[in-house]
Amino acid sequence: MNNVNANYELLLQKAEEYRNSLGYGEKIRIRVGSATCEHAAGSQIVYEEFQKHILSSGRQDIILEKTGCTGRCSCEPIVGVFIPNKLPVKYQLVKRETVHKIFMDHIVGGKVVPENLLDKTPDSCKYHILMCDGTGCGGALDSGLRFQFEMKIAELGLKPEEVWLTHIGCLGFCTIMDKKEQTVQVMVRPDNIIYKIKTIKDIEDIIDSHFKKGKVVQRLVAKEKPISQRFYNLYGDVAFFNKQTRIALRNAGVVNPESIYDYLHYKGFLALKEVLQKNDPEWVVKQITESKLRGRGGGGFPTGQKWASARKTQEKIRYIICNADEGDPGAFMDRSMLESDPFSIVEGMIIGGFAIGAQKGYFYIRAEYPLAVERISHAIEECRKHNLLGQNILGSDFSFDLEIRLGAGAFVCGEETALIHSIEGERGQPRVRPPYPTESGLWGKPTVINNVETFANVPPIIVYGPDWFAQVGTRNSGGTKVFALAGKIQRTGLVEVPMGTTLRDIVYGIGGGPAGGRKAKAIQTGGPAGGCIPEKYFDTPVDFDTLGKLGSIMGSGGMIVLDEDDCMVDVAKFYMEFCQDESCGKCTPCREGTKRILETLTRITEGKGTEEDLAKLERLAKLVKKSSLCGLGKAAPNPILSTLNYFRDEYEAHVRDKKCPAHKCRSLIHYVIDPEKCVGCTMCAKNCPVPCITGERKEVHVIDTARCIKCGRCFEVCRFKAVKKL
Amino acid sequence: MCTHNNIQNTDNWKEVEGFAKKALPEHIVAFIEECRQDANPESKLIKVLQLVQEHFGYLGRTQMDAVAQLLQVPMAKVSGVATFYHFFRLVPRGKYLIRVCLGTACYVKGAERVVDKFKEELGIRFGETTKDGLFSLEGTRCLGCCGLAPVVEINEEIFGQVTPDKIPAILEHFTEKESEIKTQ
Ligand SMILES: Cc1cc2nc3c(=O)[nH]c(=O)nc-3n(C[C@H](O)[C@H](O)[C@H](O)COP(=O)(O)O)c2cc1C
Ligand code: SF4
Ligand code: SF4
Ligand code: SF4
Ligand code: FES
Repeated sequence: MNNVNANYELLLQKAEEYRNSLGYGEKIRIRVGSATCEHAAGSQIVYEEFQKHILSSGRQDIILEKTGCTGRCSCEPIVGVFIPNKLPVKYQLVKRETVHKIFMDHIVGGKVVPENLLDKTPDSCKYHILMCDGTGCGGALDSGLRFQFEMKIAELGLKPEEVWLTHIGCLGFCTIMDKKEQTVQVMVRPDNIIYKIKTIKDIEDIIDSHFKKGKVVQRLVAKEKPISQRFYNLYGDVAFFNKQTRIALRNAGVVNPESIYDYLHYKGFLALKEVLQKNDPEWVVKQITESKLRGRGGGGFPTGQKWASARKTQEKIRYIICNADEGDPGAFMDRSMLESDPFSIVEGMIIGGFAIGAQKGYFYIRAEYPLAVERISHAIEECRKHNLLGQNILGSDFSFDLEIRLGAGAFVCGEETALIHSIEGERGQPRVRPPYPTESGLWGKPTVINNVETFANVPPIIVYGPDWFAQVGTRNSGGTKVFALAGKIQRTGLVEVPMGTTLRDIVYGIGGGPAGGRKAKAIQTGGPAGGCIPEKYFDTPVDFDTLGKLGSIMGSGGMIVLDEDDCMVDVAKFYMEFCQDESCGKCTPCREGTKRILETLTRITEGKGTEEDLAKLERLAKLVKKSSLCGLGKAAPNPILSTLNYFRDEYEAHVRDKKCPAHKCRSLIHYVIDPEKCVGCTMCAKNCPVPCITGERKEVHVIDTARCIKCGRCFEVCRFKAVKKL
Repeated sequence: MCTHNNIQNTDNWKEVEGFAKKALPEHIVAFIEECRQDANPESKLIKVLQLVQEHFGYLGRTQMDAVAQLLQVPMAKVSGVATFYHFFRLVPRGKYLIRVCLGTACYVKGAERVVDKFKEELGIRFGETTKDGLFSLEGTRCLGCCGLAPVVEINEEIFGQVTPDKIPAILEHFTEKESEIKTQ
């Protein structure tokens, strides 16, 4: 018998003592987002400004702290104000000037500042009810009950200021409770209580006792604690968040990423404790296998199977590596997880290390992510101090340590064999597989490489069980996937949804669709290795297999929404430029093929392409795909092949009519002034850098198309929409 | 042929070592010595080069030579690694390094026009440095702030939602900082 349990209890005790000594639970808390993106938006200044205000007010009852990034990028900096027994309030786009107002009005005066509320959330209600609309729980069968709740609230004359009801995606109950119970789940904020209701009487009791008298109806309180409860308690009122299911990102924006005690408080290292207590690596591998967790780095290889095959080798020295190279030029979920919840990635790696019998693990992080490196180093240090890394972890027989290695800006180093070369100090070039790294990897020893998000999912699988995780996803793929939603969309940011969610739900339901009521034309998934999926397939449920069938891939989870202004040929060219630049040059099809493909695409966008070029392009792309050595070359043609397949008309317009339908390709557009609309304000002529616009004041202006360099200035400055792009 | 172990026994090793140590700052020499105690010292080559670049702003021939000697890896390997990774720079750069994100999200949000504006304002192309040695211009891959596209990084500072018309003010911020330093 080991004393892992006792040691873990001691740690927990320490964490609680620490939190109590600071006055958690009684004091007001102000949490300022702190991550690369938050800093870019100016959150550090906001933090300092709050610091000054607290200092000069002399108040002792306020805790100012940092939290990670919740992934709601375009609203940053985000600040949360948590006053005990009040609804958590989140502010968006907080500037130095806003700080003063928030401090004076809200913290001192108790009045919320409405202008800056995150996504215009209901602010002043006393109770906020989140009603689970998930179809998983048995209660969903009886949808009548849901209406009853709303009707009763109206009937009893409760005003929106008192009780506010929001329907949300899924609280995550369906998978941890007995379906036979057939109840509907509702969460009540700010009390962070979940009720299971079955009858109208239940509803009446809640309204009477809880909402009117402030007394919780104990007989209806759920005993289970779903994983997303904390997240929903904080963010359940925000449309962008309450359709998401947060597992990998469960702590992003919830915990303080620089505090091991905060992490411990939120069930941190509970999974590690259970694993070490059981002391059975086979059991861990079995849990992971049964959870149907598939690698989130792009390949989608079953993680349990990978771990099992490393265990099978005779060699006793083994390594585990976390791939945090995140090279996809449109993905940032790994960065966010490393920065917002570093301890859970570390925990996932320690568990992985235990399962495969490794003594040492490496973090391979891009040098472009300095804050991620800082947070992970800090997390590793803290773990060493608390005996969660090093000799005899938590008093068990297991000893394990972690080290960070930095990437140096080469996309191909994300490929596992190249990554291994890079850690060994070599040029990061891939090699032929097999042998796979699980047989012969780092310094020839069996090595398991997993993505950041893959590791982030490991602790919850252990704590909540593999069945729960498997049920969240689709038949072949358990759990959720985090996507980095960007491009022509209203709400950009990180989206975590169950496998099998449709593209439409992601783009429109969560992302709010393109701005200004424009139409999305396509979505690019999987980065340079992926493809473009046209709007007509937006109802496809997303998982590894379905995206593959559409000629794209899941990849690491980049999702770029494209609209009518984006030229698909240009997008394909953009990715080809990337791949050509990043090709390591080891094998000919990729080294030469990407160059030739890029030349052809450039010709087409310049209006010099022929129809024959299209056929050539397709042949060459297929050849490169078939014969390249590593994943980079094998996937590089995907953007071309998918756009050729779905948007051939755009290619044809470029070569046949010498027109770019999206008016994007510079060589194929020209600017003219509409004499009907021009009022002769001279703005365009003043701004033209050539200058090639003539015309007297108050008279129609004319562009000399022969001399125009197509910079587009005139188009931007004309306030009368008289300049036309043709 | 000399192997890694007996190079230190050659006649002029002390002299070579002395030169090499002079070419690098103390903390890097100390770091290399620490690495040599490890099981796989050559695996720290990239880290060492990163430290050198952090200190000098680029990797000069002398410094690379010194690294090769002290870490005892062939010069061919050092330059092979230095040229393979985008992160390493072989020529000096300006005091402020402007890196315009050319990742996908930034690209679709108009990074190209941001680049054009920087080129126009500074009168330099990618990879070049202004005559006063103040600014260098580079493209870079996704900086991980796609939600704020287009993004520009200047030294360690990140600017989000950069449109061409914001660029003069951004540059001014740095030139002003410079003249403040000068007047002090
Ligand atoms: C060109 C190329 C780039 C890759 N980049 C990454 C990356 O940035 N991050 C990552 O986790 N996996 C990347 N991969 C996938 C890795 O090779 C590997 O499959 C993955 O890290 C395994 O982890 P997983 O099973 O947890 O997904 C890349 C693959 C290729 C071919
Ligand atoms: S496919 Fe490209 S990146 Fe991969 S080994 Fe060949 S040349 Fe290098
Ligand atoms: S800016 Fe527009 S309205 Fe004014 S002169 Fe030019 S085209 Fe005419
Ligand atoms: S596009 Fe540029 S060069 Fe051409 S007319 Fe307009 S402002 Fe002048
Ligand atoms: S694409 Fe520019 S920050 Fe990601």
